Amino acid sequence: MKGMEMRGGRKRSIRLSNVYSFSCFRSSSGGNHSQIGQKGYSRVVYCNEPDHPDAKRLNYKGNYVSTTKYTALNFIPKALFEQFRRVANLYFLVVACVSFSPLAPYTAISIVVPLVVVIGATMGKEAVEDWRRKKQDIEANNRMVKVYGGDQTFHDTKWKKLRVGDLVKVEKDEYFPADLVLLSSCYDDGICYVETTNLDGETNLKVKQPLEATYSMHDENSFQQFKALIKCEDPNENLYSFIGTLYHGDTPYPLSPQQLLLRDSKLRNTDFVYGVVVYTGHDTKVMQNAVDLLPRGAELRGKWIRYKDIRGGMLVRWYLRPDATTVFFDPRRPYLAAFCHFLTALMLYGYLIPISLYVSIEIVKVLQSIFINQDPNMYYEETDRPARARTSNLNEELGQVYTILSDKTGTLTSNSMEFVKCTIAGTAYGHGVTEVESAMARRRNGGSLEIEDQLSNLTGDKGDGVDLTKSIKGFNFLDERIMNGNWVKEPHSDVIRLFFFILATCHTVIPEVDKESGDIHYEAESPDEAAFVVAAREIAFEFYERTQSSISLNELDPETGAKIGRQYQLLNVLEFSSSRKRMSVIVRNEEGQLLLLCKGADSVMFERLSEHGRIFEDETKDHIKKYAEEGLRTLVVAYRELGEEEYNTWQEEFVNAKISVTADRDSLVDAVADKIESDFILLGATAIEDKLQEGVPECINNLALAGIRIWVLTGDKLETAINIGESVMKQIEAGKSQVVSAKASSVESALIIDGKSLTYALDGDMEKMFLELANDCASVICCRSSPKQKALVTRLVKAGTGKTTLAIGDGANDVGMLQEADIGVGISGVEGMQAVMASDFAIAQFRFLERLLLVHGHWCYRRISMMICYFFYKNMTFGFTLFWFEAHASFSGQPAYNDWYMSFYNVFFTSLPVIALGVFDQDVSARLCLKYPQLHQEGTHNILFSWRRILGWMLNGVSSSIIIFYFVTTSTFPQSFREDGRVAAYEALGVAMYTSVVWTVNCQMAVSINYFTWIQHVFIWGSIVLWYLFLLIYGSLPPLLSTTAYKVLVEACAPSPLYWFSTLLAVISTLLPYFSYKALQISFFPMYHDMINRMQLEASAASHSSVSATARVEDRIRQLKDRLWHHSEP
Amino acid sequence: MNPNGKDAPAASDSSAPPRRNSKKPKYSRFTQQELPACKPILTPGWVISTFVLVGIVFIPIGLSSLFASQRVVEIVDRYDSTCIPQHYVENALAFIQSSETNKTCTRNLIVPKHMKSPVYIYYELDNFYQNHRRYVKSREDKQLRSKKYEHVIKNCDPEATTSNGSVIVPCGLIAWSLFNDTYGFSVNSKAVEVNKKNIAWKSDRDSKFGSDVYPKNFQSKGLIGGAKLDPSKPLNEQEDLIVWMRTAALPTFRKLYGKIEVDLEVNQKVKVVIQNNYNTYSFGGKKKLVLSTTSWIGGKNDFLGIAYLTVGGLCLFLAISFIIIYLIKPRPLGDPSFLSWNRNPAGHLN
Repeated sequence: MKGMEMRGGRKRSIRLSNVYSFSCFRSSSGGNHSQIGQKGYSRVVYCNEPDHPDAKRLNYKGNYVSTTKYTALNFIPKALFEQFRRVANLYFLVVACVSFSPLAPYTAISIVVPLVVVIGATMGKEAVEDWRRKKQDIEANNRMVKVYGGDQTFHDTKWKKLRVGDLVKVEKDEYFPADLVLLSSCYDDGICYVETTNLDGETNLKVKQPLEATYSMHDENSFQQFKALIKCEDPNENLYSFIGTLYHGDTPYPLSPQQLLLRDSKLRNTDFVYGVVVYTGHDTKVMQNAVDLLPRGAELRGKWIRYKDIRGGMLVRWYLRPDATTVFFDPRRPYLAAFCHFLTALMLYGYLIPISLYVSIEIVKVLQSIFINQDPNMYYEETDRPARARTSNLNEELGQVYTILSDKTGTLTSNSMEFVKCTIAGTAYGHGVTEVESAMARRRNGGSLEIEDQLSNLTGDKGDGVDLTKSIKGFNFLDERIMNGNWVKEPHSDVIRLFFFILATCHTVIPEVDKESGDIHYEAESPDEAAFVVAAREIAFEFYERTQSSISLNELDPETGAKIGRQYQLLNVLEFSSSRKRMSVIVRNEEGQLLLLCKGADSVMFERLSEHGRIFEDETKDHIKKYAEEGLRTLVVAYRELGEEEYNTWQEEFVNAKISVTADRDSLVDAVADKIESDFILLGATAIEDKLQEGVPECINNLALAGIRIWVLTGDKLETAINIGESVMKQIEAGKSQVVSAKASSVESALIIDGKSLTYALDGDMEKMFLELANDCASVICCRSSPKQKALVTRLVKAGTGKTTLAIGDGANDVGMLQEADIGVGISGVEGMQAVMASDFAIAQFRFLERLLLVHGHWCYRRISMMICYFFYKNMTFGFTLFWFEAHASFSGQPAYNDWYMSFYNVFFTSLPVIALGVFDQDVSARLCLKYPQLHQEGTHNILFSWRRILGWMLNGVSSSIIIFYFVTTSTFPQSFREDGRVAAYEALGVAMYTSVVWTVNCQMAVSINYFTWIQHVFIWGSIVLWYLFLLIYGSLPPLLSTTAYKVLVEACAPSPLYWFSTLLAVISTLLPYFSYKALQISFFPMYHDMINRMQLEASAASHSSVSATARVEDRIRQLKDRLWHHSEP
Repeated sequence: MNPNGKDAPAASDSSAPPRRNSKKPKYSRFTQQELPACKPILTPGWVISTFVLVGIVFIPIGLSSLFASQRVVEIVDRYDSTCIPQHYVENALAFIQSSETNKTCTRNLIVPKHMKSPVYIYYELDNFYQNHRRYVKSREDKQLRSKKYEHVIKNCDPEATTSNGSVIVPCGLIAWSLFNDTYGFSVNSKAVEVNKKNIAWKSDRDSKFGSDVYPKNFQSKGLIGGAKLDPSKPLNEQEDLIVWMRTAALPTFRKLYGKIEVDLEVNQKVKVVIQNNYNTYSFGGKKKLVLSTTSWIGGKNDFLGIAYLTVGGLCLFLAISFIIIYLIKPRPLGDPSFLSWNRNPAGHLN
């Protein structure tokens, strides 16, 4: 009932659009309409006549949208092309092709199968991902919308059938199917409310307003004769600009973004709207904003591909040598022979660039992702969401993150403003504990548990004491002096009353009354206004209705305690802007008194106080300072009474300024408003907490300790951004100051830049300077940035620092940023799934980022880099024994081993331990990773995968191969190697060398890993046993199959003590250099994880228990505690 | 550390009800990467004891194998250059390729130590690439194995068929280049029998070379590579061929020629009559005759023993130096101050 009344009231009162002066209603005077029809402004739309012959001639594309990379037809060729664009794949393809020719030193199957598997798997993944996109597209394309047809009625049509010029009717809570020009709505003045969460992440409603020429068309019949022509700009990506002209009859009406309803935004609070389609499908602004899906390659992989290229170069050189010195196969055709020879060598030394590395890394990464997905410490009970690794390519990059670019709303903050404290008449009210306060308290107490308990007790007690803690959104105010009507008994009760009256009236909030329950829901442009209104409601003034010229409140009568409905005449709204930093309304109460009510930033308010209005100034200032330190955002509240005459003079001036059509109209209006906004009487100030998500301060603190830089990119207003910056960055700076004690000067500064400045900063030459400046600052906040700008900043940071960047965000407006960054992390929160769909990792809460980066990131980075290094090592060891043998076989391409030994080397005898290393190895436990965030530095500085380290491992491989080859050959050649006088021939030498290689490589693994579970034991020792088993089985096959391996172990090698002793010698000798190096390094040049391990060992030795046991117990306890905590939370 | 520690397990059991449709990851030690593990840390104690252990194991092995090798008596005699008549020295190739020249050559060897039977006779070739890929591939295992595969000559080029197209058995370069020097021994003018039985691997005789395969068209082409084969003996009895066909791994290699099954006494003079037929002169290869006894470690090769002793000694040395280093400069580990940011040992931080 109330809702109906309200609408009725609205209908009656609305006609005076100029009374409307909400900030979003500023007409865009900047648009240059003279450009219509020229280059870039050539679009012509025949409204309501999509079949107009001219329209057909223009042939604009339909509304069909496809975001897929492939189609059914081009999938195979295009995906194959994508695959073979990778150098490594191409190389393997060439090798595979050549392996079918007789040139191959081994069988073709052994190279073709892995290649097919790798490419097949990757293509399969692509196909599945694309299929998901396709399904989304199909869903979107087949959504229904009402379109005005030839039969003068609206009928349902699929989105994809929509054409430019169609007249559509969109109903409440529906998405707009294309970019529309608003014609009219269910309201008399044609306005409508839209939610643009998907575009910019803001959850507040925006008002759109139709042209005067069209707003009166409310029923379907009125469209029968409606014909109009729209000329407007060509499709572009700019969400906040639109220039066009609508010709209705012959009269031109200028179109602005005010009339444009964008695809993917949602109609809210309005029963229906009519609109004309101007941009369809890929021409829409949101589609134009979509960033192309580019495949992302991890840095590590990039490096090993480079390594591969180097190896390729070496292959060429190796080929040159035999070419120059030794016998050709066919001396009559030396060049052909040389080329063939080259191909043979290429394949033989393909072992140095193992395709199995690809396969193993893929397997390992998938398993690592499973571990990430299975981590209960990253599971969010409330939304029932575990962490999701959506791509497995980037696990190790998590451990190398150098810069985090974070969205603010919904990511750092939970997107709710809470009214926490206020100071009225010099008295501070409210004793809630803010996030920042509690975080600081916790840190002061060294993170001890007691203080947490105390804090929770504190809040818990209050929860019991006051019944209101059933969590009212936006209200977290606790003070028995004011609550439950007690404010009446306070000394300055009149001031308190006026204070909350101002909060209830001085705003632009739209109330929405639930028809059934009668509950009032507030739609506010900024959530802090909603918090004010809620606070006012909780205390005394329930705001329930707004019309164009009035505000209605239910007031609590101080004496009787009854609620009385009152209506206030709303005369003017002097809106908020970032330059004015204040907002005022002028109202006339039922007594006819004229009041100017104002709230604003302290910087502009204190200078506008009148002489007698400064009674509480000092106390208020003190309190404001204190609130700011607590990370709260404050607004000063003041008022003044206006004389009738004074108001009339001013009103005249104000109206004149408003209707003026000059370029500086805005400043004119501001100047007039400025005149009346003075001589205020100070009442007090409010303190609003922009509620951070749970655990954000600690998380940021730890990330800062880990040496990660954090940039905040937000679409918010400058003030909001600064405010959140203060609350968040305090943590960073606190962390940083522990980190960089020397560079104190740069620590304190934070760079805050808004969208407009950012456009200049991102422009050409400035880019570098901007980045340098930003690098010198401890923290950077970019506010008022558009999705595109976020992406650009991300790109700049990525390119400028050359280090891994991680973007984290939750809304559709973060998609560009997420895709541009090396790693995109989506918060699977409330703002839809677009960010998650575009992300590489999805987590439910910002605080999980800590575990994701510091634990999983560190482990994955360590594992993958160890794994690659080790892979190089083991293939160097193997490949170079082949090479040394080659050198003794006149480089003819004869492998030292049987074909199948070689094929199985990377498959059976050495692969499983590496995979175990890549999946399970941990240098330090999860608990210690979190305890010592500094460990993350190993990743950011890429210590574990530096060229020095890779080369070191490669060198180790080469020296191992030298030791193995020369020790085995010199000890077994040329004399008899058994007591019966027989000599070791080609077969026996191959087996002896291969045995040494298998032992060496597996023992090297055992020496270099830090973490032995039964899995490692089984894999490592199992691989060695498997080699003997293989030799036994293979050797017992008929000689035509087993060729040189026939009975080689049973008959030739096993009975020879020399075989066993030379193996032992070679294995121990190859391990010695690494072992000595590692012993020295751990003792005298320890890395972080070594030190942490050692400290742990000593600590546990001191407490007379074994290290693993205590660590296990502690981990277990911690985990149980976490679980317990999660359960008790709701 | 945690006062609630004791109650925790019980609480966790009750607080994890099997809720339906919950996406909460299930706890298992495996998925949480908390499997019971041993985390070996290289403490000084471990390092030193490892070195000492290796040293203790290696030195005895080294000593015993060196001792075994020393016990082996070996006579090596290079004859390729001395077995050319004076007037052919400048033109060795012509000498060896000619069918008219007398290739008999006599060498006298002094036995340096008592050589207990069996004394193995080897020929050693040098710079002969039996491991060259083209050479290694130039054989046909099927043809060697069975008569029914006689016509399989796929890999045998250029020694697959005779000029008139009939199949060569055994085909291929390896067989074609069969070594054909022969040795006759006599001690004190009394001929010593050379046992050429059982010099090839049993598996080769039984499973690789067929008993129904007889040499055919062998060495009948223009260019003669090496020895001829008795066409009446099946391949599995042609042990010289079988030994030769098991290709050597390195360009310097020995192959078993036969056994002398009598003891040779110290300072006895062994007279060897060599038929110097095999052409190593075209590629500058050496030919040697080797007489050797064996021990449990095989033939004479001091390398293994020396290497074991060296590595073992090195380990002991390392153990001692680590002890000294630890004594002089106690390890700085476990010092929490090292965890501070500014003293990052890796030196990568600014």
